[in-house]
Amino acid sequence: MPTGLHHHGEECRRIFALLSEYLDAELPAETCDEIEAHLSDCPPCLEFLESLRRTVELCRTFQPGEMPGPLSEQVRSELRQLYEKALRGTTGGCPG
Amino acid sequence: MGSLTASDSQRQEIELARQLVAGEPGAFERFVELFRKKVFQYSLLVCGHHEDAEEVAQDALFKVFEKLDQLREPERIRPWVFRIARNACLMKRRKSVFAPERELSLDELMPQATEDGGQRRLEIADWSSLPESQALRAELQRVVQEAIQELPEIYKTVLLLRDMEGLSTAETAEVLGVSEEVVKTRLHRARLAVRQKLDGYLRSSPASLREKAN
Repeated sequence: MPTGLHHHGEECRRIFALLSEYLDAELPAETCDEIEAHLSDCPPCLEFLESLRRTVELCRTFQPGEMPGPLSEQVRSELRQLYEKALRGTTGGCPG
Repeated sequence: MGSLTASDSQRQEIELARQLVAGEPGAFERFVELFRKKVFQYSLLVCGHHEDAEEVAQDALFKVFEKLDQLREPERIRPWVFRIARNACLMKRRKSVFAPERELSLDELMPQATEDGGQRRLEIADWSSLPESQALRAELQRVVQEAIQELPEIYKTVLLLRDMEGLSTAETAEVLGVSEEVVKTRLHRARLAVRQKLDGYLRSSPASLREKAN
């Protein structure tokens, strides 16, 4: 439980702004150390981080909508023609 | 403390792109199947209409194959395709009226804090003990869907590219034509906005769900 360490709201605010970068491992090591030191001493921020982590997990499975039906044969055929043209336009079939 | 890592699907997509540009049998069909779905989901999020998204996804695929000889690095297939999809969406949107984007502020996404016996507490739900039940997960996914749909477009496109498609910050910045700092800022605010919506749901959820959560 909290141990009376939550009077430093400015530090919580600074950490709050960095939590996504922290979850994404995009922060320098020293900043991560600062955040972890704060989190070890600040249960509300740790609790908030957990809620954000679970939110990201849920976002990852999000699908905006159901896929439409398959492409028509005509569209597929036109796409294939473009593809084959692109392959012919490259040296030895390896455009990379 | 638990960082998030990208999935193997990204490596498989890059391998598929290599096979596609090398003309390997079956690569065309698999590429169309996979990337049509990705472009459609992106377009649906941006355009908001199923028919528009279907049309945009088709237009984008034509562009992809028209320009395939310009793809110099197969490992950049995902940002390359999404850049084309974004341009196709912009072309579509020019034909319709759209509202200016609303910016989300960090302040509005911070939880309220209260003092309780000299200790500061956040007014948030108890997320640490949420059960992994199928029913709750399905319900939370429904809330996530609503929350993402309500986001201004500049936020939901970043969320889709970063969290759902697993593009890097640099790749997302390239697709959207903004700086990496802007991507980071928008992603954080988008996640916070979804979190806020989920939190509100959990705090006011039916008793049956609250019991499961406690």
